[in-house]
Amino acid sequence: MATQHSRSSARLMMAPAVVLLLGWMLVPLTMTLYFSFKKYLPLRGGDLGWVGFDNYARFLTSSAFWPSVQTTLVIVGGVLAITVVLGIFLAILLNQPMWGQGMVRILVIAPFFVMPTVSALVWKNMFMDPNYGLLAHLWKLFGATPVEWLSQASLPSIIMIVSWQWLPFATLILLTAIQSLDSEQLEAAEMDGALAHKRFAYITLPHLGRAITVVILIQTIFLLSIFAEIFVTTGGAFGTKTLSYLIFQRVLESQNVGLGSAGGVYAIILANIVAYFLVRIVGKNLDA
Amino acid sequence: MARSIAPRRKAINTLLAWSVGFLIFFPILWTILTSFKTEAAAIANPPVFIGFDWTLENYQAVMERSNYSRFLWNSIVIAGGSTVLGILIAIPAAWSMAFVPSKRTKDILLWMLSTKMLPAVGVLYPIYLLFIKFGMLDTKIGLMIVLMLINLPIIVWMLYTYFKEIPGEILEAARMDGATLREEVIYILTPMAIPGIASTLLLNVILAWNEAFWTLNLTAAKAAPLTAFIASYSSPEGLFYAKLSAASTMAIAPILILGWFSQKQLVSGLTFGAVK
Repeated sequence: MATQHSRSSARLMMAPAVVLLLGWMLVPLTMTLYFSFKKYLPLRGGDLGWVGFDNYARFLTSSAFWPSVQTTLVIVGGVLAITVVLGIFLAILLNQPMWGQGMVRILVIAPFFVMPTVSALVWKNMFMDPNYGLLAHLWKLFGATPVEWLSQASLPSIIMIVSWQWLPFATLILLTAIQSLDSEQLEAAEMDGALAHKRFAYITLPHLGRAITVVILIQTIFLLSIFAEIFVTTGGAFGTKTLSYLIFQRVLESQNVGLGSAGGVYAIILANIVAYFLVRIVGKNLDA
Repeated sequence: MARSIAPRRKAINTLLAWSVGFLIFFPILWTILTSFKTEAAAIANPPVFIGFDWTLENYQAVMERSNYSRFLWNSIVIAGGSTVLGILIAIPAAWSMAFVPSKRTKDILLWMLSTKMLPAVGVLYPIYLLFIKFGMLDTKIGLMIVLMLINLPIIVWMLYTYFKEIPGEILEAARMDGATLREEVIYILTPMAIPGIASTLLLNVILAWNEAFWTLNLTAAKAAPLTAFIASYSSPEGLFYAKLSAASTMAIAPILILGWFSQKQLVSGLTFGAVK
């Protein structure tokens, strides 16, 4: 009786959040799908009628498509490799007994709280500028010619900026996971004569497996749509045009909405493939 | 036995960890230092680290020239407003999922999580169009709504996780005493959930403050927050490192401080409870 009452109120209380998110998902998604089947150029004639799968085919065959996929993969893969490997190292290091552990943690986490436009601009100007940047000074100190980072080594530069932003996230999550590792297990292995690298490979790393997976999945979702870091550094030039950035340019800069929307649908499908795995991992852990 | 080598190992760990920590923090430190230099000192060759004439002129210049306070105000209103709005909508939802779970609760939670993964660029034009249609382009309220929606799944999840930890017996006791549902939520649950709500608030203010896709694409002069203000420095004229640094320091300082307080909640909040 009371349950019946509370069940219906529970549904009512859930309604605003569910309805809003449903609307947020369905309305724009439907519109994107709708536009993707049209020739739609707001500044050059507007709605020019249905074109079937034309936009999908044209997006795939355009000369910018495959390079953008490649760029996306290189950036996402590069950042993942750097943040996961360094993150494991940092998590293990920060888990050791030391003086001032809390303070070091604060220093390591800090970049995560810096807004993307700030970190991109600070790196671009004060570190990577070929004339006045600190890296240029460093290069000159060793008698080398300063690198024009964002044009000559554009992809590594972007990877470096984004890795700097995401390393704290990976470190923090891996550190949390490492702290739940039973230290007696490691001590027992040490007693039995297992060397440090063996202890790492057979105890620590397997224990971190799940956390690493979660880091990879969550970061991939965010990294697939990095925007500001490219927008304020190269603006998509010098081979740094990712799939997201290409779609952004099609839609807002060249105002080819039909083509951009078809690209958007591809991006949504791609993100959903990653999301599927993340949702499954999270779902297993959820005792609702 | 093992303790005899401990102090030496501890010293090495400390040295190594502090060096790495310093290296990672260095770009932020360098930005803060540069913000107190004159423009000439900011590009001095070789670079000076501390031994320069400290000045506040950049902060003054940024405040005067670019109407910094309006951008700051926009950031505060947008980040704060979207978070408060999101929490008000999420509290009842998270409450009902935590205390009156049904067969579908898990599915709903996971579905909410999946909406978070919709790539923004895929729905950019529709949102842009809707914003024009409803006159919300370059308004604070428009951005508040969008940021609320993109963070709503995280807010619901975090609150749900916190609410789950509140023992159900307390609620039953209150019900026995004749408390209505509304009273239950207002007088019993909310006070117990304040710490959880506070950390959710903190994390989401940080996320909204730093959001740099919608804030860059949906604002122009009027409603632009600090993310867009800083982006305007990407096409500089003349000497500007020190001013860029001052503007950057002002934009990140509040969130850096808030962030350090919320590092514990960060993990469970951003991994949707997958790592605790």
